[in-house]
Amino acid sequence: MDAQVATHEHAHPKPALYLKVALILFVMTALEVLAFEVSRRSGAPLHDLVQPLLNQILIILSAAKFALVAMFYMHLKQDSKVFSGLFVFPLIIAAVMISALLLLFAYLRMLHPTA
Amino acid sequence: MAHDTAHAMHPPTATGLDTRKLAIWTFIGSECLFFATLISNYLVYKGKSLVGPLPHETSQCLLHGQMTTCEPIFEIPLVTFGTAVLLFSSFFVVLALNGAQRGNRKQLIGWLSATVVCGLFFIGMQVYEFRHFYHKGLGYTTNLFGSSFYTLTGFHGTHVTIGVIWLATVLVLAIRGKIPAEKSLNLEIAALYWHFVDVVWIVIFPVVYLMR
Repeated sequence: MDAQVATHEHAHPKPALYLKVALILFVMTALEVLAFEVSRRSGAPLHDLVQPLLNQILIILSAAKFALVAMFYMHLKQDSKVFSGLFVFPLIIAAVMISALLLLFAYLRMLHPTA
Repeated sequence: MAHDTAHAMHPPTATGLDTRKLAIWTFIGSECLFFATLISNYLVYKGKSLVGPLPHETSQCLLHGQMTTCEPIFEIPLVTFGTAVLLFSSFFVVLALNGAQRGNRKQLIGWLSATVVCGLFFIGMQVYEFRHFYHKGLGYTTNLFGSSFYTLTGFHGTHVTIGVIWLATVLVLAIRGKIPAEKSLNLEIAALYWHFVDVVWIVIFPVVYLMR
């Protein structure tokens, strides 16, 4: 059984990879804030391009950061797929729930604009 | 080699997986749904406040019994710095775990101490932010923004506090020499919880502070 345990859990990455991930996360956070600042200053370069796409840019960057931490720092890339399932399945339910609630309340607002 | 020893010490289970690790992942899965409800709550009420203070807009608000003009309440540079500190704390804790798995006590204690300090800084930042908002007129029941904001970020801050206490406990054990390589899973489980707190903030930061 010990051998079976060993096949499910593999060696974790080296510190150099952890550092690369940390730097990528830092740059992505800086990009998020940069996009926010550009979108709120009307004279800023690329303002007209970034402003209407701000939420989409933030969602993409946030999802990428989330995936990086989960895969490399939480070791889902190396560990058993059972752990990935335990994490990803509730995440899917969570995403569906948030989307459903937003759609429901948007629909209600459409029906009763003054409420 | 120490790492292999650590895994070889796992008790035999029906799944071939360590039950403690299975438990923390199940718990983290349930926490995803918990935070999803709080994030939904924030998003559903976003932009529905009748009075200020508001996150990004100048508004009319009731301060000391008088209606007055309130400035936007968020301070993005401070929160950005707090976010960076929390992200780097995740990096520090994986280095501590790496040290624990290799039996390098100095590396374990050093990086784990740095993680705890980062966690304490983040809590301090949040306490400062809450006090600052309160003095600017944003109480828990002032408007829908205040209620949903304090509930979401307050629960996250509570999780960070629990994480800091947990990691500080592991740090004390490590200083006493009670986290040898074969017991590195004790830190790995605490680290998983800490990373989860980090990924939740990765979602909260843009949703609450940056999105329009």
